[in-house]
Amino acid sequence: MKFNLTINGKPQDVDVEPETPLLWVLRDEIGLTGTKYGCGIARCGACTIHVDGQAAKACQIQASAAVGKKITTIEGLSADSSHPVQQAWVEIGVPQCGYCQSGQIMSASALLAKRKNPTDAEIEAAMADNLCRCGTYQRIMQAIRLASSKIQQA
Amino acid sequence: MNEIISKKNLSRRSFIQASAAVGGGLMLGFHMPDALAATISPKAQSTTTAPGTEINAWLVIDKDNTVTIRIPHTEMGQGGLTSVAMLVAEELNVDWSKIRTEWADANRHLRNNKEYKVMSTHGSQLVRLQHPHLMGAGAGARERLKQAAATAWGVDRAQVEAKLGVLTAGNRTATYGEFAEAAAKVTLDKEPEISIDPAKWWLLGKPTQRLDIPNKVNGSAQYAMDTRVPGMVYAAVKASPVPWGTLKSYNFDAIKSLPGIIAAVPLKAVPGKRGQPDLQDAVAVVATSWYRAKTALDLLPIEWDFGDSAKTSSAQYYEEGRKLMDQKGLVSGKEDPQTAEIIATSKKVVTATYERPFEAHARMEPVNATVWVQDDRVDVWSPTQDQSAPITIVADQLGVDPKNVYVHTIFLGGGFGGNGGGGTGVTRQAAEISKQLKKPVKVVWTREEDLAQTKQRPLSVAKLTASIGDDGLPTALFTRAMWASLDGMNQIGGATSDYGIYNIPYKVPHRQHERHNFKTHIPSSTHRAPGANQMGFMAESFVDEMAIAGGWNPLDWRLKMTEGLDDFQLVFQTLKDKAGFRTDLPKGQGMGIAMVESHGTIAAACATVNVSRRGRLEIEKILVVLDAGRVINPLAATEQCEGSVCWELSHAWTGGLDLENGRFVNTNFDSYNLLRIDQNPHVETIFASSGGKKFGGLGEPAGPPAPPAVANAIFYATGKRIRSTPFRQHDLSWT
Repeated sequence: MKFNLTINGKPQDVDVEPETPLLWVLRDEIGLTGTKYGCGIARCGACTIHVDGQAAKACQIQASAAVGKKITTIEGLSADSSHPVQQAWVEIGVPQCGYCQSGQIMSASALLAKRKNPTDAEIEAAMADNLCRCGTYQRIMQAIRLASSKIQQA
Repeated sequence: MNEIISKKNLSRRSFIQASAAVGGGLMLGFHMPDALAATISPKAQSTTTAPGTEINAWLVIDKDNTVTIRIPHTEMGQGGLTSVAMLVAEELNVDWSKIRTEWADANRHLRNNKEYKVMSTHGSQLVRLQHPHLMGAGAGARERLKQAAATAWGVDRAQVEAKLGVLTAGNRTATYGEFAEAAAKVTLDKEPEISIDPAKWWLLGKPTQRLDIPNKVNGSAQYAMDTRVPGMVYAAVKASPVPWGTLKSYNFDAIKSLPGIIAAVPLKAVPGKRGQPDLQDAVAVVATSWYRAKTALDLLPIEWDFGDSAKTSSAQYYEEGRKLMDQKGLVSGKEDPQTAEIIATSKKVVTATYERPFEAHARMEPVNATVWVQDDRVDVWSPTQDQSAPITIVADQLGVDPKNVYVHTIFLGGGFGGNGGGGTGVTRQAAEISKQLKKPVKVVWTREEDLAQTKQRPLSVAKLTASIGDDGLPTALFTRAMWASLDGMNQIGGATSDYGIYNIPYKVPHRQHERHNFKTHIPSSTHRAPGANQMGFMAESFVDEMAIAGGWNPLDWRLKMTEGLDDFQLVFQTLKDKAGFRTDLPKGQGMGIAMVESHGTIAAACATVNVSRRGRLEIEKILVVLDAGRVINPLAATEQCEGSVCWELSHAWTGGLDLENGRFVNTNFDSYNLLRIDQNPHVETIFASSGGKKFGGLGEPAGPPAPPAVANAIFYATGKRIRSTPFRQHDLSWT
């Protein structure tokens, strides 16, 4: 079935079964491989994207349900890695293997869009769905606090 | 499919450019140290042509003084890419901003008789063991540049200074770029010595931003999972849910009319071959997209014969393991019959049995591989810690000359000893399917397949018994350990089941350790800090049991029992000075310490925990003190220590695989629980470096002491001694 989706501000035609998860549409049909597969059951957060500005797990969104929504992936968060969360991630040196980090950054940026100055408890609640096997959590906390201060100063 | 990919009749050259342009697997990083300016300029592996003159296999110097350093190792998050560049740049003495990197060519390594010495990346060995030849490559190039300038200027090489890319003698000066061509032709009588004295280093030892980070914040870093090549098809695979079961039948007719389905391919184990990368019986469903393949595979009727393995369980293994604790095993080191005699006649004896379950690597990047078999060459994209491995695996599977197998080095979505495509059958699966279908194939294991079929850390049991003398210190220590490994493997990587118990440094007058290799059908492999991870928990928890039984403070006990061992004393004394360890906190709060030496590094931890009356555990802080001799990049090293602690606590606190009916009941991250951000303690890392000639590893050692430190802290908080993991299965409530 043919669908027209809006990904990172651009219209995209795809031809897939309607129930195909957006994760696989992004990765295998469109070639946006920054969004990662980790579990397929919404328990690892590696596929986190923004749907109309809200953090969402791309493995749980059917292609047909994405029509008419504003979809943003890690590739569309900024053109030049200039989003305050990306800058903070570089400054703190968060990623190790990096595989989960697209999802971490998308969750963190969605949080800070809603709450410019979240408490530690709010950060933990917002990030608890995002697994990191390398154990970068401590630096994720530091980087979100740094990004928060960048956003407040901006 | 992307329009560039779908073009027909691409020549190889255009294939490489096309697939690279759409973010295919041919990523070859040109990582400029200016972090935010970093870009990836993809090039074809095996045709690396960095501009400039190659001085040796590791480095190329261009006329504009850019130095390209070839990285023979893999980057799995441990900072290896940056470490190699730093080791070479230190000796070459070149401005860090002039460095760029590319992956070394694994086929060149093969063709030229292991030209890069070692391309595997494991065992926290990169800095620890490979520094001599990596630093040597930089030093050799530097001396050749100096000699070339000396010859041109008519002076002695000793009169030429090489510093930050500039050669100087008297009032003459030139850049490295100007003498690169001449330097490549210089023969030295003798290769120069490298400098391992940290006091003389100008780059090593300084916290340095990792070169791979900028590509990991914008989705541009490419993993094997992201490989896309023209005409590629996708496969989902299911092996017997009880590992090494036999495929009886499957009914392709039931799924072949589903959308995009191309084929079902049966894969057969080779009798007698159950090693690391061997095939198990399995069925692959191939389709035009991976989601279609996976969906159809879920619906495919398959019949298996599980054999006797289906009768096994973790409970049974523990029961048999406990029985083995009363039977003589293989003796590690020298037999000391007095050990048992002293214990038998001692007035005071402490004894305890510890148990730990299987654990999975659960790399965030699920196991996958892409292989493209063509008439004259085979290309492989595989998340392996050893690029040489897929070459030999694929050549063996297909019966082709290894020289025609091209492996593409690529970022790994985690390593941890799991070795993704190198340590499982996935690369053979992809090779076989590509050969049969004559198309490039990407095989991706579901997370469920990944947890069921990757090589696990062995389930282990240990019994420790000590006699305590009048001074409260042990007079004899008798230990037995068992691990359940595939077909009873005695050794996994560099470790045997005595590792972490037998090699403790404490000076007990009489020791005996015996080990049992218990046979299982569960595939086994190295697992970040093998041996030390499971057994370190047992040994170091028991150390506290011995110390407390003898009336000793556990930290004073460890200091006393390592008297005369200067590096251990340094670590424990630093811990004592920095941790504020105390045993008199109010109930519900506790501190605990532990120390495990592995990979040439001594790592001690102090845990601070809070346990509510109802038994809710909070791990507030882990302080780790390490002696790795020297630390070449303190920033990356600190990150590795933070990660290692989290890794081990994932297993000790929340993890644990449970075997029932020969298979794991934990099928995904809803039932195999890894540590999450709200559980992660604050980790503080202190390096207490003894120097000398020691080069210890840092990718693994900080993990093993964390679980016993936490268990020892829980004891002080609750009075409860934890002798098995995961901690979540214990009632920690107190009144």
